[in-house]
Amino acid sequence: MTTILLAVAALFALAAVFGALLGFASEKFRVEGDPIVDQIDALLPQTQCGQCGHPGCRPYAEAIASGEEHNRCPPGGETTVVALSELLGREVLPLDAEEGSAGDIKRVAVIREDECIGCTKCIQACPVDAIVGAAKLMHTVIADECTGCDLCVEPCPVDCIDMVEVAPTLNTWHWQRPPGIGRKPDNQIPVVNL
Amino acid sequence: MNASIGKPRPLFDFHGGIHPPQNKELSNQRPIRQAPLPEQLILPLNMHLGAPAKAIVQVGDRVLKGEKIAEAQGAVSLPVHAPTSGKIIAIGPRPIQHPSGLDAPCIVLEPDGKDLWCELHPLPDWQTCCPPSALVARLREAGIAGMGGAGFPAAIKLSPKPEHKIDQLIINAVECEPYITADDVLMRERAEQIIGGIEILRHILKPKEAIVGIEDNKPEAIEAMRRAATGTGIEIAVVPTKYPSGGEKQLIYMLTGKEVPSGGIPAQIGVVCHNTGTTLAIYRAIVHGEPLVSRITTLTGKALAEAGNFEVLIGTPVSSLLQAASADMNKIGRLVMGGPMMGFTLHSTAIPVVKTSNCILAATAQELPAPATEQPCIRCGSCADVCPADLLPQQLYWYAKNQDLERAQQYNLMDCIECGACAYVCPSHIPLVQYYRFAKGEVRNALQEQQKADRARVRFEARQQRLADEQAEKEARRKARLQGNKPSATPGVDVAALKAASLQASAAYKAAVKALKAAEADGSDQLAALASEVEQLKAKADAAKAAVRDAGNTPSAPVIDVAALKAASLAASAEYKAAVKAMKAAEAAGEDVSALRSAADALKAKADAAKAAVRDAGPATQSAAPSNASATAPEKSDDTAQRAQKMKALKTAFNVSHKQFKEANAALERAERDGSDNLDELRKQVERFKLKSDKAKEALNVLVDQAKADIRASGSDLKSLKIEAAQTEAAARQKARELDAAKINGDDQRINVLTRELEALKREAEVAAGALKAAIDEQGLADA
Ligand code: SF4
Ligand code: SF4
Ligand code: SF4
Ligand code: SF4
Repeated sequence: MTTILLAVAALFALAAVFGALLGFASEKFRVEGDPIVDQIDALLPQTQCGQCGHPGCRPYAEAIASGEEHNRCPPGGETTVVALSELLGREVLPLDAEEGSAGDIKRVAVIREDECIGCTKCIQACPVDAIVGAAKLMHTVIADECTGCDLCVEPCPVDCIDMVEVAPTLNTWHWQRPPGIGRKPDNQIPVVNL
Repeated sequence: MNASIGKPRPLFDFHGGIHPPQNKELSNQRPIRQAPLPEQLILPLNMHLGAPAKAIVQVGDRVLKGEKIAEAQGAVSLPVHAPTSGKIIAIGPRPIQHPSGLDAPCIVLEPDGKDLWCELHPLPDWQTCCPPSALVARLREAGIAGMGGAGFPAAIKLSPKPEHKIDQLIINAVECEPYITADDVLMRERAEQIIGGIEILRHILKPKEAIVGIEDNKPEAIEAMRRAATGTGIEIAVVPTKYPSGGEKQLIYMLTGKEVPSGGIPAQIGVVCHNTGTTLAIYRAIVHGEPLVSRITTLTGKALAEAGNFEVLIGTPVSSLLQAASADMNKIGRLVMGGPMMGFTLHSTAIPVVKTSNCILAATAQELPAPATEQPCIRCGSCADVCPADLLPQQLYWYAKNQDLERAQQYNLMDCIECGACAYVCPSHIPLVQYYRFAKGEVRNALQEQQKADRARVRFEARQQRLADEQAEKEARRKARLQGNKPSATPGVDVAALKAASLQASAAYKAAVKALKAAEADGSDQLAALASEVEQLKAKADAAKAAVRDAGNTPSAPVIDVAALKAASLAASAEYKAAVKAMKAAEAAGEDVSALRSAADALKAKADAAKAAVRDAGPATQSAAPSNASATAPEKSDDTAQRAQKMKALKTAFNVSHKQFKEANAALERAERDGSDNLDELRKQVERFKLKSDKAKEALNVLVDQAKADIRASGSDLKSLKIEAAQTEAAARQKARELDAAKINGDDQRINVLTRELEALKREAEVAAGALKAAIDEQGLADA
């Protein structure tokens, strides 16, 4: 009988010791994780276009965190949906967007400057302050900061804003993926069995 | 001490590597030849790694050989110099040395054939003349880029961070890639200059050792270098032929056993590595003062009848070089810039030779056949066996193909040196390097996009913050304005109180005047006393008015001014009227009225002035008021304005009819007193006027009550309520006094009229006081 009691006591003692140890460790080495909204926001493309039905990426991140579907961001495309699914442990959903609004073609707004009347409407529309100008003076887009969200096109009363495709430059160009198995690669890299 | 003759340096063998056919004898049999001067030199603004240079010449400018024509922009950038004398004929996009086939800005120079140097500043005494940093600055100004591969500005490599102590200076003369012999012949012919360049580098960097690494397939170059290096302490290390032992990291490992950390630079492990060609350029830049305007380029391939090495001016189009090497254009299957392993296919022969172009390979279709069809990976592992960077090419291939960038990076995609060894051995002819380049590009783009997204996020959040701040500020301003319109705690109350006092005083004064008048009319004997009382009261009333005006000027709201002005105007006109009445009474009593008339005139002028002031102030407040109203309750403002107009009209109507009634009444009184005979007619007139005035009053009352209810509902404008209450109260009190005076005189008729009027006034005063109290209560709640 004593042996059993001893064994039980010993087990309890061990449990208490390790419990305390674990508790201490979990306090001491606690990982301050990003709040989930920040993590979601980090995956969204920050185009701030509102196509998801929210006034910006952050609000949509909040909506996703509180249960909205995560496939509503056309600029982010499939990649974003996949990344979000991975983060949230949700099913990968097909992108919820109309045909042709795919986000792989990068565009920036360009103001035809001689037609600009300086109404400042586009400045008010731009979610990332990428337009500079002042009342009655010519406006222009800071191409580097423009997210291509399209929001400034509509408000312009004289229709002088165009969304222009961004041409690859020497800095952004990179090699394309070879066409794949069963096909010959483009005649580009000379490496062969000599 | 002569290290080059001592026992050979222990070499460390790197993993993998391949042994492709060398094909070097095609081009290394002849001495260096001077390439002919082309018709045009095309000078890309980015021949080096980093930011493109900025042109500092105009089209039409004449330049001399060696003159700077484009300036470095930023830290990692280099200037461009004119390779010969001539005229700038164009600045604009031209096809350049880039696998993308994109055009880039270039300066086009038309040589004049004179090849005239500009003034040079040689430093033959570089050892003593200037500090190393000055030499480095010179090298930067001379536009010297790494001439072996990427074209990294040499000056940057020569100014390592202070925490990086340089132990070894390694000169890369390995030239492991097949076909290329530019460094080989350079060493054979210009070994002294190369050693001179190494001495300059040693002077700048002060390394413990200086080692030249040469592959053992260049015996003549080794011999020449050994001879030139005799007695200098520079070690000539011979490494076995294996591709890619010329890779910077591989060579460093072979010679020192040190590995460059992933993503790091050689300086971190105390090594600086330069190419042979670069060393020569450094020598020329310092000792002869010549900027980098030419280089040795290998022209090779079986499509060339006279392959060999040429001294080429930077900017010479490939077409001109092909001519010089007697190329058979029909035989060229593929034109490659760089070697067959790491070069790229040229899409145009107009592309110029630049600072990094070590080789032009004009290969026949047999030499470089078209790429074979890609087959599935059989996971043979040959690629992993040959990878000099110790990677798992088959895994990288898999991830790159599926664009799984994260995994590819986990498998150290970024450490791949794109040597092509894996693709060379792959039995499935998979274009592995292209996959890696694609994946690397994607990684870089993703990084750029991420950075851009972060910037956009910051900007978006900053904007949101700004908008919120603006909104809050607006709100605060609106509140402040609202607060300002209300009587703010102390001064507002004071003004109201002062106003009430002033009104009381003027009422008392008026009553006194009336009493005086009555006394006069009655021929009382107390005239003098009454007159002095009137004077006193008038002084009091004036003082009170002045106080109100002063107080009214301090608070900002214009409303107060207008109210004060109105009150003043009303008081003035009342005074005038009283004076007129007194005058009339005096006239009636048959006394001397001239003094009284002049007083009345003065008062009239005052009353007119006051009225004009009210009119002037009126529009300002009217235009201000609607804007305030629209800010708070835009949908209500219309109604209120309409009602205000109606009320105004009714008030005038009431005033007119009431005045008529009073006048009629007075006439009746007089007639009664005089015992006139048209009493009945007069009485009827009085009745009519009374009816009219009562109706107007009633309608007005309805509207006033409504307005008050509204004011109560909106809980606004305490001050006007207060003023109104005070005014009505004062009026009632005045009436009461009049009544008292009439009672003393025992005039029954007058007593009746006055009693009625007093009652009406009292009711009004009650309503006003009630409204004020309610408003105060409500306001108290709202403020709490
Ligand atoms: S749809 Fe537009 S606003 Fe919405 S998350 Fe995507 S990029 Fe941001
Ligand atoms: S400039 Fe136009 S398209 Fe670009 S971010 Fe601003 S609103 Fe969007
Ligand atoms: S050499 Fe080619 S086939 Fe073999 S494992 Fe590597 S990629 Fe696959
Ligand atoms: S190309 Fe990259 S993966 Fe292939 S062998 Fe060279 S270093 Fe290794």
